[in-house]
Amino acid sequence: MQIDWFPLWLSLRVAFVSTAVAFVVGLWLAYILANREFHGKEVLDAAITLPLVLPPTVLGYYLLVLLAGNSPLGKLWENIFGSPLVFTWKAAVVAALLHSLPLLVKSARAALESVDRSLERAARNLGASEWRLFWRVTVPLARRSVLAAVALAFARSLGDFGVTLMVAGNIPGRTQTAAVAIYDAYEAGNTMVARTLVLVISAIALLILTLANRLNPRGT
Amino acid sequence: MISARLRKTFPTRPDSAPFSLELEFQAAAGVTVLFGPSGSGKTLTLDLIAGFMRADEGRILLDDEILFDRAAGVHLAPQARNCGYVFQNYALFPHMTLRQNLEFAAERRPRLERHRRVNEMLEKFRLVDAAGRRPHEVSGGQRQRCSIARALIGEPKLLLFDEPAQGLDAPLRAEFYEVLRQVRADFETPMLLVTHDLDECFELGEEMLVLRHGRLVQNGTPAAIFEQPANVDVARLLGIFNLIPAEIRSLDPGRNTSKVQMGEHELDGPYFPGHLKGDRVTVCVRPERLTALARNGKPGVNQIPAQLERTIERPQWMRLEFAGGIAVDLTRPDYERVRDTKDWMIEFPRESLRVL
Repeated sequence: MQIDWFPLWLSLRVAFVSTAVAFVVGLWLAYILANREFHGKEVLDAAITLPLVLPPTVLGYYLLVLLAGNSPLGKLWENIFGSPLVFTWKAAVVAALLHSLPLLVKSARAALESVDRSLERAARNLGASEWRLFWRVTVPLARRSVLAAVALAFARSLGDFGVTLMVAGNIPGRTQTAAVAIYDAYEAGNTMVARTLVLVISAIALLILTLANRLNPRGT
Repeated sequence: MISARLRKTFPTRPDSAPFSLELEFQAAAGVTVLFGPSGSGKTLTLDLIAGFMRADEGRILLDDEILFDRAAGVHLAPQARNCGYVFQNYALFPHMTLRQNLEFAAERRPRLERHRRVNEMLEKFRLVDAAGRRPHEVSGGQRQRCSIARALIGEPKLLLFDEPAQGLDAPLRAEFYEVLRQVRADFETPMLLVTHDLDECFELGEEMLVLRHGRLVQNGTPAAIFEQPANVDVARLLGIFNLIPAEIRSLDPGRNTSKVQMGEHELDGPYFPGHLKGDRVTVCVRPERLTALARNGKPGVNQIPAQLERTIERPQWMRLEFAGGIAVDLTRPDYERVRDTKDWMIEFPRESLRVL
């Protein structure tokens, strides 16, 4: 029997794009949370973490309301890119982001906060702008922990099922990611396909998590 | 020249008592030492000057530049203050070599000049051989010199030191004093140095500010402060042991004499300006100004019999502790002459007496 590798390839692509977005946005959020004092800081942190504890159906529902073709955001997207967002692979990226972003923000915040404050003071004292301080001192010193956080976010992006199903759907050859394809194949009785994808996904995730562990100076 | 007027209040927290700093001082070229026990607000003062924290009230003026002025709403960022800061743990960037640490500090200069300046500093601070190594790969002395070089490379108008010799062993400490003296000779930067080490005040300080509970309690040269502490608290901070309650019996400004009743003994002292006959005071005499001698016959003027309780050996001198809490420091040769004494007397030289 022929195995269609498209879902796996799609999953990897979704994970790459979502991790890239999570890295940029997440590092920025982590920087804000680690360095700024403002009202509602912990509420913001909690809001970012929320997707980790909410049921996928709740998240999927929110996303559909927020991003559907007749919503303001959905319309904006359609005006800019010329096609709707929901039920495309880009919607799967958004779905994956919901889980990878909080993971990245949480670990990156801890990593940035663990950098010796006196080094940051020294950099400021020596005339370094906040930007240069961040990229030349804070990030290099937190490098391993940040990379571990990125790896974790990538692994998590690879495995989303519920939210992806709700906002990207299950369109073979277009939005069907590996997680969804496994469910599909299992339902249809294609145990061989299901089993193969299960093993491949598990192997990739195991590899990435091992890498993350080795990167993390604290070993977890 | 730095002049600062600072007020900063920290309210009571579950894990800390309330604290307030209220301080006004000026420091010109040379080394000014901020001396005080831990928790007296020394490091806080440096942090306010460097701009790591913001004072509630006041004004900081460095030469003719306003770094902070609450009333005018001026609070320059640390980046804009041009104050070199040598941190207690040096705060060298561990992921950069010594050379890169210096380059980081010189980055705002044009490329060629930066290169020249970094090399110049590496040479001046004897770091050329270690320039390619990271902070954890070099000796403590090299780390220390690198942190001073790094603070100086941007030609700051003021240099701040936060307990720079804290936790150093004796040779490194001596090396640091040497480096600092060199810096003082080569650069005209005024230096503000925080310490709770008295030796350091004398080694380095031209001026000394004594802080206690966030207030300035005395300022002057270290020698002058040691000679005449402003009050009993300062004397205690300076580690002067002999603080004895007494009463002034007579004062004669004309002949520059006084009589002081100390327990059952009356001592002759110099005239004490600002005091009145009958004042209850604390006599303050440094242990090394007293003499301990063998008693034979009746005690003479300013000699009182005393009971020796114990002797403590120090590298350079012996400390003899007598009943009543009076300590006398003798040099070793002086001690050798009287070591077998059973019956002791303490002599209070007239000029050594100070009252607080």
